[in-house]
Amino acid sequence: MIARVFALVSTVFLGTATLADEIRLAVTTSFENSGLADVLLPAIKEDIDLDVQLLVVGTGQALRLGRAGDVDAILVHSRAAEEAFVAEKHGTYRREIMYNDFVLIGPKDDPAGVGKARSVAEALKRVGVTKPAFVSRGDDSGTHKKEIALWRAADFDPATFAAWYREVGAGMGASLNTAAGLDAYILADRASWLNFGNKANLTLLYAGDAALFNQYAFLAVNPEKHPHVQNDLAVKLEAWLTSPRAAELINGYTINGETLFTFNAKPE
Amino acid sequence: MNDIYEGLVSAFWLVVTFDADLMEISLRSLQVSLTALVIASAIALPLGTFLAIRRFRYRRLVISLLNALMGLPPVVVGLIVYILLSRSGPFGVFGLLFTPTAMIIAQVVIITPLIASITHQAMRELWAEYHDLLISLNTSAWQRIKTLIWDGRRNLLTASLAGFGRAIGEVGAIMIVGGNIDNATRVLTTAIALETGKGDFALALALGFVLIALAIGINICIHWLSRTEREGRW
Amino acid sequence: MSTILPLTLTDVAVRRRGKRLLGPVNLTLGEAGLTMIIGPNGSGKTTLLRVMHGVERLSKGHVEWSVTEDAARHRQAYVFQTPIMLRRSVADNLRYPLHLLGLPKAEVETRVGRWIARIGLEERTGLQATRLSGGEKQKLAIARALIRKPDVLFLDEPCANLDGASTREIETLLQNALAEKTRIIMTTHDLGQARRLADSALFMLHGVVHEKGSAEDFFNAPKTDELQAFFRGDIIA
Repeated sequence: MIARVFALVSTVFLGTATLADEIRLAVTTSFENSGLADVLLPAIKEDIDLDVQLLVVGTGQALRLGRAGDVDAILVHSRAAEEAFVAEKHGTYRREIMYNDFVLIGPKDDPAGVGKARSVAEALKRVGVTKPAFVSRGDDSGTHKKEIALWRAADFDPATFAAWYREVGAGMGASLNTAAGLDAYILADRASWLNFGNKANLTLLYAGDAALFNQYAFLAVNPEKHPHVQNDLAVKLEAWLTSPRAAELINGYTINGETLFTFNAKPE
Repeated sequence: MNDIYEGLVSAFWLVVTFDADLMEISLRSLQVSLTALVIASAIALPLGTFLAIRRFRYRRLVISLLNALMGLPPVVVGLIVYILLSRSGPFGVFGLLFTPTAMIIAQVVIITPLIASITHQAMRELWAEYHDLLISLNTSAWQRIKTLIWDGRRNLLTASLAGFGRAIGEVGAIMIVGGNIDNATRVLTTAIALETGKGDFALALALGFVLIALAIGINICIHWLSRTEREGRW
Repeated sequence: MSTILPLTLTDVAVRRRGKRLLGPVNLTLGEAGLTMIIGPNGSGKTTLLRVMHGVERLSKGHVEWSVTEDAARHRQAYVFQTPIMLRRSVADNLRYPLHLLGLPKAEVETRVGRWIARIGLEERTGLQATRLSGGEKQKLAIARALIRKPDVLFLDEPCANLDGASTREIETLLQNALAEKTRIIMTTHDLGQARRLADSALFMLHGVVHEKGSAEDFFNAPKTDELQAFFRGDIIA
């Protein structure tokens, strides 16, 4: 025990003396909250001896970190923003890895009747008409952008909503905490919802519409723009993430018996 | 209430089982905040004392500036330090972003004005008390500073501890410049923010209790170490 | 041993914010004895004392000792009306002025031991000086002033707010200092104390020296109406 404590002290105070390569990857909060990283990271370390340092931020900040060259690669889920990122030459291309889905969460008694809807557009229409408390991330994250797009598809403009629509400007977990406190509806990714510990009176009311699918993509930061980024490591990581080994781990990852992600990377 | 009870229980188990992750992030918290404290004190204690005894042209301005900086939101400090240390910022070449060093820099910026301001306050009182005597004894400027720092050491300690408390409990700035990377820059406060985000209030609270215990422990240690005289004070 | 006296004040005046606090004062103080400065509140007693000690900025005139200003500085000491205690032990308060002079440790300890015995604080050497009683603080302040063996000791109302026993102890300390040839210049409100201690006296009024003389003449045959009125206990405006 004393030897272990001593080892820890020396590691912390003398700096981490790891021999493995380290890569910085900005990921979204929803990815981190899914718990998938806890399965993938040790496997990556084992297979290709690479330490992945995760920076868990919103999609907006992840793209920003990539633009500034402060990370080597990003793993996000907001197609339009990703394409803009590539168009600006901050990344060379985007590589789709996997998808999960969003779900509509709300109070068990479901005053808006979201549970009876046959599509996500209908579910949101019911919310827009009944106007129960609804929590929005409001942080320009991938989930937030997705939510806006879904509202638009249902012929609503969130900018015109009254006080029942609450933009909390926070991450998925914090927003779920708020929704739990307000007994409100909220759009969440399935992984964050399943791993969320403070469900209170909330329950999953609607899921399954293809419009709710959430595509994750991997983007290596362009080494021509930022010469110091470790592009070779990013390429190595991308190869692993698109390998059969990754497919097996991603498709096999479950919470409470439910599959969360579907691997869909196409071989080059 | 139940959450608090659960938090206390899991804090207890985390501590008695010497949880490796907990040890690591606690030690990193201490490393970052104590280093920041030493650097900030080295700047702020002489600066605060100097401001108390020397009259110069922009003295009022410097003091107002210190007091204003004291109220600076840590997130803003974090953002500024981030921009400076970012690869596309002026100090990007050093590659300090998302390292403990970046966290130390942010904390130094946050606590230096606080320590300097409290020091100035305490030293001003002491200087008002000693002024006539030290002038009458024909002391040099250096002898005056030495006397004030020595006789005001308890107040200076209080100032430093206030700075330490703010540093170790700070989350906004170090979250931005450290990035809360597991095994690299995760400290107690950022871990608490993370667990709160996951809705795991029990673990978040447990970490919170460890943080409180750590802060109290350090305070008691330093006070105990500084009890060099047998007599009670005043 | 040579002394820094006599002290000469030439045409000295102190003005603050357009108000005259002191002056013009022309005065010479000789080599021995105790000079008592008396006068009503606000007459300039404390200002005069501080001017002599060189801690008050002059608006006019000059203060001269028989040696240079620098040499004179180390050979005088001042005891404030409210004793200023360093936040240190009794013994460390006495050591402090000696450390400033850079005296050898053995010499410092000899002198500190002797003075602690003289002021009767043997039992409290380790005590924080700020926790002493008012009388003890003033005794310690006087000891701290005398421990450097100054040629001149200034005291500003050293017995204000003290009881009879403490006042007697302090007067004994001052008489011993006089016996060791220390020149004393002090102010007081206590006319009894003035009569008991003074060899010569000054009467301050409206910032100028209104009357001065040897103790005998001054107390027994005051020349000016104002001093006579002051001795009677009248209010002098």
